[in-house]
Amino acid sequence: MATIAHGTPEIAAEEVNYLNVEHGWKSWLFTTDHKRIAFLYLISITAMFFVGGTMAVLFRINLLEPEGIFSSETYNRLFSMHGIVMVFFFLVPSIPATLANFLIPIMIGAKDLAFPRINLLSWYLYVFGAIFTIYAVARGGVDTGWTFYAPYSSTYSNSYVLSAVMGVFVAGFSSILTGLNFIVTVHKMRAPGMTWSRLPLFVWSNYATGLLQVLGTPVLAISLTLIAFERVAHVGIFDPNIGGDPILFQHLFWFYSHPAVYIMILPGMGVISEIVACFSRKRVFGYNFVAFSSMAIAVLSFFVWGHHMFVTGEAMYTSVAFSFLSFMVAVPSAIKVFNWTATMYKGSVSFDTPMLYAFGFIGLFTIGGLTGLFLAALATDVATHGTYFIVAHFHYVMVGGMVMAFLGGLHYWWPKITGRLYPEAWAKFAALIIFIGFNLTFFPQFILGYLGMPRRIHAYPPEFQALNVLSTAGASILGIGYLIPMIYFAWSIRKGPKAPANPWGATGLEWEIQSPPTTYNFDETPIVTKEAYDYGPLEEVVG
Amino acid sequence: MLGMWTFLITEVLFFGGMFAAYAVYRNMYPDAFASTSKFMDVVLGGTNTAVLICSSLTMVLAVRAAQLSKRAHLILFLILTMIFGTIFLVIKGFEYHSKWVEHLVPGFDFQYDEPRYQHNAQILFFLYFAMTGMHALHMVIGLGLLTFLLVQAKRRIFNENYFAPVEMIGLYWHFVDIVWIFLFPLLYLIGHRR
Repeated sequence: MATIAHGTPEIAAEEVNYLNVEHGWKSWLFTTDHKRIAFLYLISITAMFFVGGTMAVLFRINLLEPEGIFSSETYNRLFSMHGIVMVFFFLVPSIPATLANFLIPIMIGAKDLAFPRINLLSWYLYVFGAIFTIYAVARGGVDTGWTFYAPYSSTYSNSYVLSAVMGVFVAGFSSILTGLNFIVTVHKMRAPGMTWSRLPLFVWSNYATGLLQVLGTPVLAISLTLIAFERVAHVGIFDPNIGGDPILFQHLFWFYSHPAVYIMILPGMGVISEIVACFSRKRVFGYNFVAFSSMAIAVLSFFVWGHHMFVTGEAMYTSVAFSFLSFMVAVPSAIKVFNWTATMYKGSVSFDTPMLYAFGFIGLFTIGGLTGLFLAALATDVATHGTYFIVAHFHYVMVGGMVMAFLGGLHYWWPKITGRLYPEAWAKFAALIIFIGFNLTFFPQFILGYLGMPRRIHAYPPEFQALNVLSTAGASILGIGYLIPMIYFAWSIRKGPKAPANPWGATGLEWEIQSPPTTYNFDETPIVTKEAYDYGPLEEVVG
Repeated sequence: MLGMWTFLITEVLFFGGMFAAYAVYRNMYPDAFASTSKFMDVVLGGTNTAVLICSSLTMVLAVRAAQLSKRAHLILFLILTMIFGTIFLVIKGFEYHSKWVEHLVPGFDFQYDEPRYQHNAQILFFLYFAMTGMHALHMVIGLGLLTFLLVQAKRRIFNENYFAPVEMIGLYWHFVDIVWIFLFPLLYLIGHRR
């Protein structure tokens, strides 16, 4: 471990921090401390992750046999609930509501977010949304897929659409409030000297995410409201029988849900920028390009929703425009990948657990991103639309990208969040297991999709069985891989060795304060005089 | 303040979804949409427009009074704004009632006297209820916020150094008014283009 540049007071057992300053459940449930709220979020989204994961395990078991094991109805409900829970209750809040909630105020030198009480409100909204959704699961689930396409969701489905829609609607407001809080905080709460060009890239990417949450989520809210009206009163807004247009729902839905996939990946990109800089001991190559590529992704992502609808009878020229714009949005993502690799070039790269996840992210995200280009191309998309190729593509981005980044970030900042170190050997082992399990699960799905196996069907022709069995085997390995970090993290909260203030020798304001931080983060407002990744000449740090 | 502006942007997008639906359907069924105008009460709608514009004026005056620490004026203008807001909702209630009597509420025994437009006109009436209903909901929330301001003003919270809540809720109130300025011509005046 590199020597620590800044003076590190030894952590004494009785030192006051945000975790031990108050005790009892009231001090948690009525807290306005962004760090405690982040912790509450961490617990809730982990719970939801395992709910969604259980669904995934169940339907992967179903796909062991070509004719399926469960009924088609059960299977439809399983994959729908998996999608709803994972997208709206894990991926969207994953990094923003936990790591960013914890870190943004600290990284910019503030005592808290701009609206601490709204921050707490957003957690309660999330919990209420989750309760509605769990209720829908308990009553037998939803079979519309996570996209709630009309008119199936609004008229024909006889599952518990309404409570699931309510759940997503409420959770959407939690996401809006988080985004709003971040935007205002980054604008108004930066410490003296923390200029925009000194902001850590993690803050930039979460700022861009905040914009997406604020601009996109209300459209989801209104689309779901219209679905609810249609379902309750049969008003006919999406009902073709009276001239309603179900395609309109798809337009409204994807106007949110395409930006939403960037809500689900941009924060991960921010985490990777931090990790790569720290474990290469170099400043990020092309800071401005990485920062502005986040903003470019945020802007472009609002103009590509039509690529989800190439097969809906969309006008040809519309499709051509959406196809072109979808290729465009790949450019800023590629800039990031190139800049991360350029950062590592001639850096002093070490292979601690967070960096392993970062390597996983870069590789898997590249595969996920490049297959996205296949799908942005009109002809290829028509051939692969609705097959497992799509499933594999977005799981490479969402799971191979975002979940890897989430775990990497969690390992990277765990000493800061809890003041404890996790067992490094176990963590490396788990990272390896997750990487293997992930690829074994989803790579066969690329092949299956390319061969034409449709998604969302509980049965398949027998010749696909071998690849499906491989995928299910991978899913079980992946599941175990996720359980290991959960166990050693829980263990380390009480039993882990105490962490110093800056275990990685990283730069950034969050590493200059004690681990875990005090309630107000800083004793006095810091004055920032350096840029974000001031790692200095390489020899000094290594030698 | 930035928080309120950001929030209002989300509101624009929220209403924007319905405006987009309106644009699509009006483009698809222009005649059916125009035929609904004879069921819309332009007098009541126009009165409501005037009432809301007046309420915006009194809201601005309330903000001004808060900035100048004129507590009595602040209370007066807040009360006037609330009265205008209440008048708006009462008139809206009468309109809804007449629509109910005429079987023009989609989903509740909807009947339209021109059979060829029966289906498509239902979409317009649904949009009418969804958009004005959502707007009315925002008015009710606005009245709640004004009540909060009134209580604060009575407690002498505001002075020339601290009036941010009045300004913020003022912004919100103006936003809700502006939504109505768009709703009125789009919903009431479709068939009156000559």
